[in-house]
Amino acid sequence: MTVHQLSVFIENKSGALVSVLRLLKQENIQLIASTIADTADYGIFRIICSRPEKAYEVLRGAGVAVSLCEVFAIELDDRPGKAADAIELFAGEGISIAYLYSFLLNGKGVLIFRTDNPEKAAEVIASNGLSVIEEKDLSRLL
Amino acid sequence: MSYQKFFNPEEAYSRSEIEALQLERLQATVKHCMDSPFYRERFRQAGLSPSDIRTLDDLKKIPFTTKQDLRDTYPFGMATVPLDKCVRLHSSSGTTGNPTVILHTQQDLDEWANAVARCLWMVGCRPEDVFQNTSGYGMFTGGLGFQYGAEKVGMLTVPAAAGNTLRQLKFFTDFGTTVVHAIPSYAARLYEVMVEKGIDPRKDTKLRTLVIGAEPHSEDTRKRIEEMLGVKAYNSFGMSEMCGPGVAFECPEQNGMHIWEDYYIVEIVDPDTLEPVPDGTVGELVLTTLKREAMPLLRYRTRDLTRILPGECPCGRHHIRLDRMKGRSDDMIILKGVNIFPIQIETILMQFQELASDYLITLETVDGNDTMTVDVEMKDLYIDDYGKLQALSREITRQLRDEILITPKVRLVPKNTLPKSEGKAVRVVDTRKKY
Repeated sequence: MTVHQLSVFIENKSGALVSVLRLLKQENIQLIASTIADTADYGIFRIICSRPEKAYEVLRGAGVAVSLCEVFAIELDDRPGKAADAIELFAGEGISIAYLYSFLLNGKGVLIFRTDNPEKAAEVIASNGLSVIEEKDLSRLL
Repeated sequence: MSYQKFFNPEEAYSRSEIEALQLERLQATVKHCMDSPFYRERFRQAGLSPSDIRTLDDLKKIPFTTKQDLRDTYPFGMATVPLDKCVRLHSSSGTTGNPTVILHTQQDLDEWANAVARCLWMVGCRPEDVFQNTSGYGMFTGGLGFQYGAEKVGMLTVPAAAGNTLRQLKFFTDFGTTVVHAIPSYAARLYEVMVEKGIDPRKDTKLRTLVIGAEPHSEDTRKRIEEMLGVKAYNSFGMSEMCGPGVAFECPEQNGMHIWEDYYIVEIVDPDTLEPVPDGTVGELVLTTLKREAMPLLRYRTRDLTRILPGECPCGRHHIRLDRMKGRSDDMIILKGVNIFPIQIETILMQFQELASDYLITLETVDGNDTMTVDVEMKDLYIDDYGKLQALSREITRQLRDEILITPKVRLVPKNTLPKSEGKAVRVVDTRKKY
């Protein structure tokens, strides 16, 4: 029900981002989605990519501060209001979204998010029949 | 109004008068020290008795006292009077272990105030002056030390304390402040804010005299401050072990700081051999207190490096002059007048499981203010949460602040990103602007 996301801790300084991306490029790893917020001193660069385990190994080996974590990925029809409906289901159960980002893949909207209560979130997904994306789906789509 | 030139008659003493008084007070101090178990044991180990001190030269027979001794006897082990005779203590921050404590009786406080008053009087402070103190109060001796000295002169005092620059400026103009005590970096900051607010210190304030100290600064810094604010700026030297401010002070000649030899015996020694160096040669300043009641110190190694300026001073005082402090014989950082050892910071950082062992302390001047930034390497990012990272840096900041009394900026950085020199971590980078 979840996909792997890389979380990379990087300094807010020129060249920090490119050095991470270059390592992934060398291994021919493809980015599917990524996000980074602007803060004064550091950022968490969150990446959904092909072969996340390999990417993790490469970055770790290069001394990059990285963790591999699991996030939910749900697929929605690319129509107005779909995201609102989905998030409302979680809010209704008192589940907080820690962070969320989205992208379009093959005509479908994909929401990537992490919650404060993964067990309960999984229940909500299952009981409402939300369409989830699995790791294998991601690599097949590429 | 016309006033006497000297605040105390001792200021005008000849060399022989100073030395006669020193011997008398040294002998009394040594006898008094026998009321402290610490010095009793020291003398016993050295095979010395107070009656062996017959001349000033006999001082050299007495072993040195060090900061470590103060730590080892923390808090009250060096007191020579019962605690019920003491009325105040000041404490400096410790490194890894104990801080140091200096105890004062009422007489000690009176003598301290007198010494500070003498310094202020020497540079022309008079009862009609308005004295504003921008030092932190509390444990930092620059607050209360100057406060009581300025009151003893009879000035109207404005205990503004540290920070809030706009308020400081309002006090200048509203109360007609003529004398200010400020650390040099803050004096420059005051000027910058005056410029921003369209205040001309020469026209819009009555500022005349600045007392600057606690932070090492150059002659150029002094000149810059004098030009900026249209004042005379005088260098002040003190340390909490010797009460605080009032140990040595520049006279109107502005050429070296007279150290009050009726209060202290001065020695300058080679920090390695501990042998005396000739006048004019830089060495470690060693001081013996002559008028301390609660906690006299014999041959205290200050770790400050300076030299005695040879020759007579045209001001008419025969108390010797010390040159500007050249630095420390150890790795202490002085920031905003507070003594900080890198090891204090390291000790706090190492308590956090999330942090790796490398850190970097950067001291820099930002907008005219001296600041400290502490970069710390994270072990690994297992926290995928900005809120938790921010909470972590806040907690590190809070604990550092509690330890060093200054709020540093804490930056979490990825591991292996801090500079290394020859494989060894660089711990302190000091790029502070020397005005």
